[in-house]
Amino acid sequence: MSIAADHIDTDAAALPNPLVEFWRYFRQNYGAVLGSAIVVIITLIAVLADVIAPHSPNEQYRDALLMPPAWLDGGTWRFVLGTDDIGRDILSRIIYGARVSLSIGFLVVTLALVVGIALGLVAGFSRGALDILVMRSMDVMLALPSLLLAIVIVAILGPSLINAALAVVVVQLPHFARLTRAAVLTERAKDYVVASRVSGAGLLRLMFITVLPNCMAPVIVQGTLGFSTAVLDLAALGFLGLGAQPPTPEWGTMLSNALQFIQRAWWVVTFPGLAILSVVLGFNLMGDGLRDALDPKLKR
Amino acid sequence: MNNTVLTCHQLCRYYPVRDSLFGRHKTIKAVDGVSFDLSAGRTLAVVGESGCGKSTLARLITMIEPPTTGRFSLGGADGVKSMRRQVQLVFQDAYGSLNPRKKVGSILEEPLVINTRMHRAERRDEAITMLTKVGLRPEHYSRYPHMFSGGQRQRIAVARALMLRPKIVVADEPVSALDISIQAQILNLLMALQDEFDLAYLFISHDLSVVERICDEVMVMYLGRAVEQGAKQIVFQRPAHPYTQALLTSTPFVDPGRRAQRVLLRGEPPSPMNVPHGCAFHQRCPIAEERCHRERPELRDVAGRLVACHLV
Repeated sequence: MSIAADHIDTDAAALPNPLVEFWRYFRQNYGAVLGSAIVVIITLIAVLADVIAPHSPNEQYRDALLMPPAWLDGGTWRFVLGTDDIGRDILSRIIYGARVSLSIGFLVVTLALVVGIALGLVAGFSRGALDILVMRSMDVMLALPSLLLAIVIVAILGPSLINAALAVVVVQLPHFARLTRAAVLTERAKDYVVASRVSGAGLLRLMFITVLPNCMAPVIVQGTLGFSTAVLDLAALGFLGLGAQPPTPEWGTMLSNALQFIQRAWWVVTFPGLAILSVVLGFNLMGDGLRDALDPKLKR
Repeated sequence: MNNTVLTCHQLCRYYPVRDSLFGRHKTIKAVDGVSFDLSAGRTLAVVGESGCGKSTLARLITMIEPPTTGRFSLGGADGVKSMRRQVQLVFQDAYGSLNPRKKVGSILEEPLVINTRMHRAERRDEAITMLTKVGLRPEHYSRYPHMFSGGQRQRIAVARALMLRPKIVVADEPVSALDISIQAQILNLLMALQDEFDLAYLFISHDLSVVERICDEVMVMYLGRAVEQGAKQIVFQRPAHPYTQALLTSTPFVDPGRRAQRVLLRGEPPSPMNVPHGCAFHQRCPIAEERCHRERPELRDVAGRLVACHLV
């Protein structure tokens, strides 16, 4: 065992790879590894939904309405997690729901990341009127409760999954913009940026090649944590009937459709809720671990 | 041999500041009328206390900031782009001046990518040649800055400054963050490279023993103005300005024969926001008289060097 450890250490010393160093810190954090495992498993489930789901998510089995999970009295292994009020298999809907939640979450985070980084870079480099304009409008957006803002945006655009995603992008944007600007301001004053300028680097080169890579660590962490917020907000909007519309198998929508049966058939709300919980938990744990591994101040 | 590569005429850099929200606008005169010439293969040392405007001067010459008034010309080059290629900068903090996310190779190649149309392979050859010239090995090409020691990092910074074959290198306290033994190595390297590339150095330092070793000419600055400038031998052996005398006797020597009676100065240098009327130095000057309160002394020739003092 100790030989193996020595071997890894010498490898890391020989290979000047920041990824190796990152992985050494990351794997010491069991929560983070667990979180990444959850994320990987759910991603696999989403990708392979067609193969592993036992039923079609929208197939209605009229002979099996509100069937309990397999291990309870009256359940069958045909519907492992039971069925909902119109006889759809809950397990299959959760599996397909992972696909919806993850892809929309990914879309939201990517859009918010790109636009937020662009705004933060512009604000951090311009200082002055443009900076004030961008950052104060971000402050206004932050001052509104996030879900309320999202509801207003969806109310204006009309309820649909894509509009809900756009609303969540708008809600998340200020976090990325602020974080990027703060990182840009610290990096911009450093000597290596001055050195680039003395070499003749133009503004775009300074922004994207010199400064931005050094600002990415906190932004990546925020991206991971933002993913879980996005999944949660989308589920909330779905629950309120403003997100995915039936019969799309989306977790929040599943919860809201089944709400009236919560007394009689607990499984119709419990399993979609657990699915949301595990995705959010997985991304949060992974995000925390990323922060610990990427932030030099937290390194031992 | 009069091969002037840099001519500065009355360079000034003022910063507007406000001391409170509704306060009056004031001006910090960081550099206030500095003139000098620099020839190829020569080293001009700029010495002085913190806050005397040394680093601001470096920022002006390297075109990080424009001068408020005054002008400077670089032998033959016109246009910012070609002027930029002539002047490069070596920083005090070598680690901070190297991008931590880039490998040494791409740090060295960046000036070439921006300013030339060389191919990737040519750039790589240039970078490796320069690495060996500054005493590093070709395999250091693909390492990150954090894997080097302080002296090696400063060697990388020097190599980067030379990639465009500039005529002038501005060195802003290049060795003051290094160990004494490493300081000597870097100074030797700088001198060897000066001979090889016929470089002109503007060497900024507060360490007089370093300055004495490397420079040909000295300019002593006090609150943004030169108080004495001239050849090293004259300034070091027979300092004329009372401030230069105080500065020189503050250097510790091991050899008791070289120790002079220390000239101790009273007080602190005044704030550059509030430069005294007349000679900026008169409040601390041991020989100041009434005239120094009223009239600001201009630089004039005294026995082969320029001095700004009424009384020499």
